[in-house]
Amino acid sequence: MKAFAELYSDLDATTSSNAKLAAMQGYFSKAAPEDAAWAVYFLAGGRPRQLVPTRMLREQALLLSGLPEWLFEESYQAVGDLAETLSLLLPKAEHSSEEGLASWMENHLLPLRGLPPEELLERLPTFWSQLDPQSLMVCLKLITGSFRVGVSKLLVTRALAALADIDSKRVAQRLVGYTDLSHRPSAEGYLKLIAEESADEHAQRGGQPYPFFLAHALQQPVDQFENLLGAAENWQVEWKWDGIRAQVVKREGRLWIWSRGEELVTDRFPELHSLTQCLPDGTVIDGEIVVWKAATPENAEEGAFALDTPAPGTPGEATPSVQPFALLQQRIGRKTLGKKILEDVPVVVLAYDLLEWEGHDWRSRPQHERRTQMEKVIANAQSPVLMPSPLLTGEDWLDLGRQREASRSLGVEGMMLKARDSMYGVGRTKDMGVWWKWKMDPFSVDAVLIYAQRGHGRRASLYSDYTFAVWDGPPESSERTLVPFAKAYSGLTDEEMRKVDAIIRKTTVDKFGPVRSVTPTLVFELGFEGIALSKRHKSGIAVRFPRMLRWRLDKPVAEADSLATLQDLLA
Amino acid sequence: MDLVIARPEGLYCPPGDFYIDPWRPVERSVITHAHGDHARTGNEHYLAAAPGEGILRSRLGQDINLQTLAYGESITHHGVKLSLHPAGHVLGSAQVRLEYQGEIWVASGDYKVEPDGTCEPFEPVRCHTFITESTFGLPIYRWQPQSEIFAGINEWWRSNAAAGKASVLFAYSFGKAQRILHGIDSSIGPILVHGAVEPLNRVYREAGVRIPETHYAGDFKKTDPALRSALIVAPPSAGGSTWMRRFGEFSDAFASGWMMLRGTRRRRGVDRGFALSDHADWPGLLWAIENTGAERVMVTHGSVAVLVRYLRELGLDAQGFSTEYGDEEDDAAVKTEPEPESTGGASS
Repeated sequence: MKAFAELYSDLDATTSSNAKLAAMQGYFSKAAPEDAAWAVYFLAGGRPRQLVPTRMLREQALLLSGLPEWLFEESYQAVGDLAETLSLLLPKAEHSSEEGLASWMENHLLPLRGLPPEELLERLPTFWSQLDPQSLMVCLKLITGSFRVGVSKLLVTRALAALADIDSKRVAQRLVGYTDLSHRPSAEGYLKLIAEESADEHAQRGGQPYPFFLAHALQQPVDQFENLLGAAENWQVEWKWDGIRAQVVKREGRLWIWSRGEELVTDRFPELHSLTQCLPDGTVIDGEIVVWKAATPENAEEGAFALDTPAPGTPGEATPSVQPFALLQQRIGRKTLGKKILEDVPVVVLAYDLLEWEGHDWRSRPQHERRTQMEKVIANAQSPVLMPSPLLTGEDWLDLGRQREASRSLGVEGMMLKARDSMYGVGRTKDMGVWWKWKMDPFSVDAVLIYAQRGHGRRASLYSDYTFAVWDGPPESSERTLVPFAKAYSGLTDEEMRKVDAIIRKTTVDKFGPVRSVTPTLVFELGFEGIALSKRHKSGIAVRFPRMLRWRLDKPVAEADSLATLQDLLA
Repeated sequence: MDLVIARPEGLYCPPGDFYIDPWRPVERSVITHAHGDHARTGNEHYLAAAPGEGILRSRLGQDINLQTLAYGESITHHGVKLSLHPAGHVLGSAQVRLEYQGEIWVASGDYKVEPDGTCEPFEPVRCHTFITESTFGLPIYRWQPQSEIFAGINEWWRSNAAAGKASVLFAYSFGKAQRILHGIDSSIGPILVHGAVEPLNRVYREAGVRIPETHYAGDFKKTDPALRSALIVAPPSAGGSTWMRRFGEFSDAFASGWMMLRGTRRRRGVDRGFALSDHADWPGLLWAIENTGAERVMVTHGSVAVLVRYLRELGLDAQGFSTEYGDEEDDAAVKTEPEPESTGGASS
């Protein structure tokens, strides 16, 4: 645990990728394989379910430190991180355990799950007394499932590849599914990650998906596209769907569905299980899971639309179409999928790539070839839940730009541009070809900051999380008030945030627990990706991915936007 | 009767008609220590502890009208018996003891309870009312013994030197810098200091505090091989300035109590944070308060609300005092400690 905690502080202390790589290589070269196995798991984003309820940990800290609860809360507010707060408040350890990460996980921590409170009360203090402050914090982060440190999966991949002297794409391939909940890290598994490449590696893959190829944002104006990208005809253009990116893997008579987070989500989409019969073994399709149904009158106005391809459905009924992400969200959170939700929110796969066919890896073939073959595969499958994401054509970039203007009303985020000759890369790389996401500019309104809360992590103690409001009437109405409609945390520079923090402290009107209400003085331009009616929000409106685009120092509070502005955006 | 009240000019003693660490110019001032937020220019009379004379004069001007008292020595002014007692914060720092008609008050200024070898250690003074700071008034602040912190600094410096990197350590130029210089292992490599630090080193040396040999960093060229194994002590304001360029490849660190928290460490953007403070930590505050025997506690700058509530729950008569020292309540962790080279700022 100590070595891993040291690795954590090394990684935490630097922003340099090279320093992080060096720290990881240093750790892996010395660590026992079983410890390294767990380290890879956590560094690559693996998170076992919470092992001990947070409430229990708080109670323990109160008990052992003798502090009143309000003081614990004050401390937590100042620190902004529960595991760190606990580690600072628990009594300091007399000894420091030399036991490795794997032993801690397997012999001490994992067995905690589901233990009765009395048992936990007995066991936990014996752990605290063996861990130095740094190890204690890391251990608590593992227990609460909140372990996070600034390394990307790609960086972990590079560290392992350098250590094993093999291609990092191979390591990325082997790492797929490594952080899935069902996977238990082991020395054997780790040694496989860094083993020499073998000829039959591909054949042993079971349900493994391929690492997802990710797009880069394209932000230049359209009149530069010709220079940047060349002729539009060399690009495959599609809508950028607002659904769940997924790979459908069919091998050995079985079907696996993986989300972009490399989580196995097969069970979440029972209506897609019929694909087991429709797809031959050795097929892997990359696409988007979207809600697909006939529009009801209320969501029709939010801009759902039908694909160009003839869709199944009997004449006389409304044609089924892609529905807003908000609907899909309703089923993502559910633990059990009842009959009703499956009927109300049915999904299909809009396929856009073919990664494996007849058991062969097709990723090195050009995009257009994969597309042609994919269309054949889908035609043969004859499944109502699998259809190709339609291709868009235009005379030139300007023409495509005009078509893109319809994105909002169609409920898509913009367009995807994929070079016709590109291969299917690994992650957000550019060496094998490139995918661009050409998204619509966000919606924006000028809103007033009315509540503030302190942030977490590096923003702990800083008022960095804000609630924004708009007016509920036009400027001429004398009794209008500010109605909260969105929370936003990001978009300000550190410098701006410090200034806003100072203003919040000076203009505080009231405190409710961690939240401060302020005299409205600050106006920000807020950007967001989507807007929908909502019964859960006071304003009657919910927005997606709100963030601060800029601080409107030039704008008085009275001139901020009103609910009417938001309602216009809905139309 | 209240021997100290808060006035717009500062903490005021009505029967004695003088101020303690006023933030606006007044006729008579008692200064607890020479940090910029406690010792300000423009007062007609200054009274301070004798060991702080050199620093006060170097900061406020050689010609200030300054009277000094040895620790424990007392004078009487308008019937108020006044004496100064070690606060353990920096060289010359003092708690102010006031006695009037059988009532005893102690104003502590800033203090820490762990002896650091560079100034007289904190001495609890029995009193009826104790005025305490609360800079680190949350139980998350529990300092490691300073020997462990110095071991950490030594280890960091040694490994940088082994890698051929300069070690730049940011610390307040008055107090913290000298405490570090006094505590580290000076055999690891040459020690360089910023121009704001050296004059204070001189004052400490003259006061008999052992400070190892230091060189003025400005005298070194970027190509000088000595830099590859050097420790450079500089005020936080030097970070990110062009002054830093001369050190080539370096690792940087910050020594401050705020470095206890990961969030502040990360915000500070240095490679390492050493939680070394010249203020009392939570157990230190509680220990000091308890040892005064005071039943009434006035809490100034820091986590005022928290400490007041906690002390009240312990059965003490506690209340907050609004001052302009340090920072406002819970502002603490975000302050951006600028330290002008000439006058010096607040310490932490």
